[in-house]
Amino acid sequence: MLKVQGISTSYGKINVLKNISLEVEEGSIVTILGANGAGKSTTMKTICGLLKPQEGKVEFFGEDVTGRRPDQLVRTGIALVPEGRQILSGMTVLENLEMGAYHRKDNEIKHDIEKVMERFPILKERHQQLGGTLSGGQQQMLAIARALLSRPKLLLLDEPSMGLAPLVVADIFKIIKEINEAGTTVLLVEQNARQALRVSDYGYVLETGKIIAEGKSNDLLTDPRIMEAYLGRKSS
Amino acid sequence: MLIEQLINGITLGSIYAIVALGFTLVFGVLGIINMAHGEIFMFGAFIGVIVTSTFKGPLWLAFAAAILVTGIMGYLLERFALRPLRNKQGVSHLAPLISTIGVSILLENLSHHLFGAGNHPFNNTFAEISFQIGSITVYLVQIVIFMISVILMYTLSYWLGKTKAGKALRATAENLETASLLGVDTKKTITMTVIIASAMGGIAGILVGMAFNSVTPQMGLSIGLKGLAIIILGGMGNVKGAMAGGLILGLAETFIVVYGNSGYRDAIAFAAIIVILLVRPQGLFGQKISA
Repeated sequence: MLKVQGISTSYGKINVLKNISLEVEEGSIVTILGANGAGKSTTMKTICGLLKPQEGKVEFFGEDVTGRRPDQLVRTGIALVPEGRQILSGMTVLENLEMGAYHRKDNEIKHDIEKVMERFPILKERHQQLGGTLSGGQQQMLAIARALLSRPKLLLLDEPSMGLAPLVVADIFKIIKEINEAGTTVLLVEQNARQALRVSDYGYVLETGKIIAEGKSNDLLTDPRIMEAYLGRKSS
Repeated sequence: MLIEQLINGITLGSIYAIVALGFTLVFGVLGIINMAHGEIFMFGAFIGVIVTSTFKGPLWLAFAAAILVTGIMGYLLERFALRPLRNKQGVSHLAPLISTIGVSILLENLSHHLFGAGNHPFNNTFAEISFQIGSITVYLVQIVIFMISVILMYTLSYWLGKTKAGKALRATAENLETASLLGVDTKKTITMTVIIASAMGGIAGILVGMAFNSVTPQMGLSIGLKGLAIIILGGMGNVKGAMAGGLILGLAETFIVVYGNSGYRDAIAFAAIIVILLVRPQGLFGQKISA
């Protein structure tokens, strides 16, 4: 459904991405692994339209969407949960959720908000509180719930486990799996390689702006090279 | 005497509040001080003079014309003085500020040219109507100004708090990137914000014309600087802060004239800024920025 072909993106004169190609099949979970500064977030931002690539093409369902603005891409079904969650801290939890459905004009928005609040009871409990008062884990859930309310076909998640306690991280990965099972395709960027690969079908490894390895998640999990570099375990 | 001054102060303060709201909206969304806001306000006042004095038109028509003209000026300001500087590499963050200063000078010169340098009286049919309540004299014009200000502030608060477009504006003000990820066309939101802020400036212009019965091309600068003082006082980009700050400044100025020395009237605003910045750098309603 998503096809990224040879994109190169730069900030000013610094080339961050060099000729990246990747593919996400409908219904799957795909992970992009990489260390800090490898270009993971830049890849996500280029796909969702926050950055424009100097070269290359982004195709969504066969349609060239390169250079479209994020607010246009949300309408075609690509939603990003950005790095650091980016909750609107001056707006209430409920308003954050309503903003998730901003582009929608159907009459099921209320129903959908009820549904996500049932899935995340803490959001229901705190729906009148300002978004900024939530804890990190709660903010991540709010960010994911908010993105889901746009009814995305493809959900991009940029380091959803960042800065969260291990138990909360496990919870987040469980939620990601559930979202996928409910029919949403997921593209995930993570440093938490093991957990990310366990939930995903396919993985890419990014290093200094280039894809240096790719494969089925199970294969990557057992690849000694990848293990050593990204899973913190010496190959034996 | 005290109550009369209180009424004077509230009348003046509610006008200041509306001027400050225009500043605070633009600051909230764009993060810049719109130095041309005072001059757009002044144009609103002149439209009022032209409609009511030159063409002897009714007051509502003056408001409608001022909203239209200043709204268009807001659009032109955003389209030609602000947007070209946005998201461009190598443009100093001071460039939009300088650009709005340029527009303000242009507008002031333009108004000299169009309207002349002198003082223009503002004719309205009910300027002299007043009520006597006990020993207190209340002018109808004060009530009208106060009512219009309250309606305007209430409408703005409701719009920002309850409507989809208002929420989009708040989201854009808090985080432009996030707002666009949620589907907000931020370019459109910014344009709309500058138009609304300018139209509010235009309305405030007419209110000042009604209150002081005097309109000059120079009035933009002083009211612009006061509006700036108010949003620093109330907290940058904060809507409640702009309303409260406006009222505080209006009351303070009125009382300094009555009980103190009228020569210090305009100094009050800036003395207040210095004190506030020392005691509460984030302003009365502003959030402390944590490290």
